[in-house]
Amino acid sequence: MVRFDSVGLSYASGNGEAAGPEVLHDLSFTLPDGAFRWLLGPSGAGKTSVLRLMYLDVRPTRGRVLVLDTDIGTAPRDALPRLRRRIGVVFQDFRLLSHLSAFDNVALPLRLGGRPEGQIRADVTEMLRWVGLGRKHGARPPELSGGEQQRVAIARSVIARPSLLLADEPTGNLDDAQAQRLMQLFKELNRLGTSVVVATHNDSLVERHPAPALRLESGRLVRQE
Amino acid sequence: MGLSLRPSGFDELGLRRALADRALPFLVAAMALLASLALAGWDGAAALARHWDQGAGEAVTVQVPQPDEAAVQGPGTRLDRVLAILRGSPGVASANALTDKQLGTLLQPWLGAAGNQLAVPLPAVIAVRLTQSDIDTAPLAARLDAAAPGTLTENHDVWIGRLARLSRSLQACAGMALLLVAAVAAAVIAVATRAGLAARREAIEIVHGLGATDSYIAGRFAGRATMLATTGGVVGALLALPVLLTLALLAAPFAGPAPPPTTPADMLATLPLTLWLALPGLPASAAAIGFLTAQGTVRWWLRRLP
Repeated sequence: MVRFDSVGLSYASGNGEAAGPEVLHDLSFTLPDGAFRWLLGPSGAGKTSVLRLMYLDVRPTRGRVLVLDTDIGTAPRDALPRLRRRIGVVFQDFRLLSHLSAFDNVALPLRLGGRPEGQIRADVTEMLRWVGLGRKHGARPPELSGGEQQRVAIARSVIARPSLLLADEPTGNLDDAQAQRLMQLFKELNRLGTSVVVATHNDSLVERHPAPALRLESGRLVRQE
Repeated sequence: MGLSLRPSGFDELGLRRALADRALPFLVAAMALLASLALAGWDGAAALARHWDQGAGEAVTVQVPQPDEAAVQGPGTRLDRVLAILRGSPGVASANALTDKQLGTLLQPWLGAAGNQLAVPLPAVIAVRLTQSDIDTAPLAARLDAAAPGTLTENHDVWIGRLARLSRSLQACAGMALLLVAAVAAAVIAVATRAGLAARREAIEIVHGLGATDSYIAGRFAGRATMLATTGGVVGALLALPVLLTLALLAAPFAGPAPPPTTPADMLATLPLTLWLALPGLPASAAAIGFLTAQGTVRWWLRRLP
């Protein structure tokens, strides 16, 4: 379960001490286990900030955020890595390790989780084949196109069967057919129990896959469907 | 978790490029070489202190001017009288007058081979060994001077004390040099680690975001730093060996009348056992400094991440 109670967030200003202006104001909502939500709103509405709170990249300035039943405002720092391993994230800018092959990038969450190498090999090979990169498993990200890099990032985010999957504009570099395939994957994971939150500008995608949405404007939740 | 099954050589943080594999071992090798010299200084100073404490600590020299003239008190010459008093005194283990030849040998470094033929009247010199080093020789000196006026009793204790203090100071200097070298080595490794952190910041943030613990990331850095520091330590110890052997060969004549070593085995044997034990300690110490410094630096740096 993910729950926001009167959450406010401001980022530290450049000098590292004083907090800057608030980018999220009084956000309250609940995502039950196994939920699927669109996260909608114009650029600068705060979608990425909401996702950052959910993937434990920042802690709330005020209010309470529960992620997978852990209060991330009060949880000790050493409790967070284990929680992060249960969350898959597809970043807008992919955040792949450019010196590693596609295979090693996708394998990283499993290796951090201490899975046996034999299982990793089988799972990653299968996943790369599924996203259409079976023949490019040895290529490093700079050798791949934007769409291919995005598919590596998607494969990495789901390889460890996360309890919570967060995606920030995951179809931005994909063609229509690939975007449809990706939505099928997200829905399949959701059916198996993973909570999924997808931030997007792609209205046609939302129309084709109707689901409850959180709509943000200027850091406030304006609609919850 | 401590157990990781990732394939060996898997370098997810890209540390092979970030922690330079030439500069760091080179600097650590230089530190290890300096440390070995400091250790040799420490060991040499300690050996000198032991030598002086044991060998000369119980020795007293008595000089008797005009040894062949009649004594003021009692029968015989002044020399006979002084020897008799010495041999009858409690605390004296032995008292032997040096022969003219021995005296000549003693003076040879200062007067040359002609010392024996000098027209200058030389005093007789008596080497006295005491049963204990802390005997007060002042009353004995007064008795000797009364029996043969002008007799000088020179207790080596004062000199031994000064030399012992000097050697202890040298040891302290060597110890401080050793600590300084260790501190500089730690600083070098800390700077290299911080440069590596700055270079691989993005990779660290990605791996951290995927759920890597601080100990995992610190362990990756520490593993790399330990390997590089150990390499430097081994190279430094190997470079130190010929330098230390040369120093030991130069110092060998001062240790005793042993013939100069001719075979390689003899040459290796001139190096004290403590240094043979200390040399393998250099890579081990470099490894420990590398590991602890990298661990501390990375863990401190990681606190800035959520």
